[in-house]
Amino acid sequence: MTKGLSRRDLFKTAGVAGIAAVVPPALGQQPEILAPPEANDAPAHQPDNLAAADVLFFFNDEEARFIEAVVERLIPADPRWPGAAEAGVLYYIDHQLASAYGAGGRMYLRGPWVPDAAPEQGYQLRFSPAELYRIGIEEARAQIRDTTGSEFWDLTPAAMDSALKDLETGRTQLPSLPAAVFFETLLANTIEGFFGDPAYGGNRDMVGWRMVGFPGAYAAYLEEVDIYNLEYLREPVGMANQQARLEHIHDHH
Amino acid sequence: MVLRLKPVDVVLVGGGLTAAIVGKELAEAGQRVVALERGQMRQTVPDFQSPTMHDELKYDVRYSIAQDVSVQTLTFRNFPGQQALPMRQLGSFLPGEGVGGGAVHWNGQTWRFQPEWFRLRSWVNERYGEDFIAPDVTIQDWDLTYEELEPHYTFFEQVMGIGGLPFEEGDEGNPFEGPRSQPYPNPPMKTAQSGYLFAQAAQQLGYHPFPVPSANMTRHYTNPFGAELKPCMYCGFCERFGCEHYAKASPQVNILPAALANSNFELRTRAYVRRIEWDAGSRTATGVTYADAQGREVFQPANMVVLCAFGHHNPFLMLKSGIGTAYDPETRRGTIGRNYTYQTMTGVSVFYDGQKRINPFMGAGALGTAIDDFNNGSLDHSGLGFIGGGYVSANQTNGRPIKYHPVPDGTPRWGAGWKEAVRRHYNSTVNIGFHGSSIPHPNNYLGLDGNYTDAFGDPLGMMTFDFPHNDRVMARYVTEKVAEIARAMGGSEISVGHLSDHYSIAPYQTTHNTGGTIMGADPETSAVNRYLQSWDLHNLWVMGASVFPQNAGYNPTGTVGALAYWAVDAMKNQYLDNPRPLV
Repeated sequence: MTKGLSRRDLFKTAGVAGIAAVVPPALGQQPEILAPPEANDAPAHQPDNLAAADVLFFFNDEEARFIEAVVERLIPADPRWPGAAEAGVLYYIDHQLASAYGAGGRMYLRGPWVPDAAPEQGYQLRFSPAELYRIGIEEARAQIRDTTGSEFWDLTPAAMDSALKDLETGRTQLPSLPAAVFFETLLANTIEGFFGDPAYGGNRDMVGWRMVGFPGAYAAYLEEVDIYNLEYLREPVGMANQQARLEHIHDHH
Repeated sequence: MVLRLKPVDVVLVGGGLTAAIVGKELAEAGQRVVALERGQMRQTVPDFQSPTMHDELKYDVRYSIAQDVSVQTLTFRNFPGQQALPMRQLGSFLPGEGVGGGAVHWNGQTWRFQPEWFRLRSWVNERYGEDFIAPDVTIQDWDLTYEELEPHYTFFEQVMGIGGLPFEEGDEGNPFEGPRSQPYPNPPMKTAQSGYLFAQAAQQLGYHPFPVPSANMTRHYTNPFGAELKPCMYCGFCERFGCEHYAKASPQVNILPAALANSNFELRTRAYVRRIEWDAGSRTATGVTYADAQGREVFQPANMVVLCAFGHHNPFLMLKSGIGTAYDPETRRGTIGRNYTYQTMTGVSVFYDGQKRINPFMGAGALGTAIDDFNNGSLDHSGLGFIGGGYVSANQTNGRPIKYHPVPDGTPRWGAGWKEAVRRHYNSTVNIGFHGSSIPHPNNYLGLDGNYTDAFGDPLGMMTFDFPHNDRVMARYVTEKVAEIARAMGGSEISVGHLSDHYSIAPYQTTHNTGGTIMGADPETSAVNRYLQSWDLHNLWVMGASVFPQNAGYNPTGTVGALAYWAVDAMKNQYLDNPRPLV
């Protein structure tokens, strides 16, 4: 049992509204809020050893605050299972947007552009995912400030959900893009971040996998697949688990 | 400035399944063969190894071993007259790129088409009368019978190591399958609980369940070429992934090693074919022009050109090369692009709400239990208002949770209610799929789009497709039958996924794109003859599912493989010594 302040405790303390406090500072700065670990303890986040997982490459602090608040409404914490914020989904999305995915790699992004395309024709905006987020966040925040008088992250949970519903249904009109396209992208990326391999920065402590009982990347079920109703209790393992990797290689070669 | 290479006997466009089949056989017949693959070399070791191959985000969500549409895509519309727009990211289907093509990331469900499919027009006319179907149902005979193709189905099954249960061995096989000369080379896969529950209910309702025929190995297997395969581990990372275990049949495991051992065969990667060159005087293809890795334009002369690219790429290539007459939906004349078809997919989920542990992550691409009672040849269509049909199956291919998190109808799409429903139903849901046929319609075709270009400056292909009336009626009928089975499976509730109002290019449905260079007896209504030889240029041949006059209610790969062996047999035994039109 970890006695030091865990990431989960941090979120419980800070709450969604105080999330800016845990957005990591720029590289080289010392974060101030983590308590020093006790002897023989192994906290997940060493203050002097920030991994790339805790660095924001794409979002500025206000964008991060917006996204962190949104993803926590899309997949909120419940008494048993953490939500998207604690699962690191902000960092997952940030890292994706800073990568080839964000840049629109493997997308066909040549014109001409027809913005009022039939939905059956799929995505027809000229924006890469990174551009979609930058514009979507800016315009959604402005729209929410106009209608509520405050930033999204300062709203009550019910008011946040109402604002998100307006984006989802297109009741909210944004100047540069259909609100629903931005919402659907954000929802899809949030689910990816909650259930994807932890190596990508989300699904921290494999909470998404633990919640549903998915055993992760190391997988061979030849002996179990026809044992019906088997309660499969193996601890999940991600791609970065070196011990599991070595055992797996040993098993199969 | 075009770089002109030394001529070869045969050039193959593509480095996937049919190129491996044709390349190996023609090289062994003494032909100097070059296969041109637009992607990279890929091998089980080191490219498909765990743990990095077990990455749902990279392979399943971002489609990283499928076609890169930033280089070349197609435009899409539902009907003539609508403006076609580019498919800007993959979705509905996932053509492969790289050696092995789509037969690397396929699932391995390997079926034979029922005999009726091959003479569908004649069969419908004989059985139901000429007035049974509407004039816009443009089904055709293949000019090839199941009996002619049967030995090639058998050989393909042996090459790939297909596991299954033939009907002859008892009552648990598929009683609706055509006659087979040999049993499957391997026993069927195990039965997961999802398949067992489906089979119990189906049997109770009088249907005939059996294990899905599988290219995931069920034991150690050595194929006729000496390729060694290992048993499937049921890892649940199959479709959209390469197999780390040498357990899923694929070109680089089953066929290419034997082809590459022959010095007559060369596999040239990063060669993106742009045009077939041909001579109007002699009415023969003279070779192909491709962009090489440096971007140079290269002409590879050849005595014979075989198109082995994915389904719709073959007709697009012929259109870009000006071969044959482009199909025109207004006049309904022309053959290249005609009868583009797809697949009609629906599904029903059964929720056990904690009463069963399904363990959906224990899966394999072809792990499933099917019934064939609703396929075309199994049904009496009298009074039903449609022709065609398809198989129904409970497959358990994966429980990868980004994409797989079934929830009942009426569940919120996000928030606390959604999260709780996902937690509750992930491990206790069974999914049944209907794999329906696709009947051609005069408005569904492939053409070229002058408004958009690919990375080489060539026009994009254009797809016009919507679900025709026949298939909507068929899907409604069979899906309601599937719902009856689902209700008999003892869950707490079911969700029925009917066919959507219109076909959409966005959500994944299946990579079974068929038609466009169809085979037949009449050059006015088909692009290739019964040997898959172009009616226009006798030394141009077309492999793959683009030759299907209509798509059957089955996965196409078994028939694609059998047709390739059928065609290569004609090349070797009828054509090479005396090149000419064989029909």
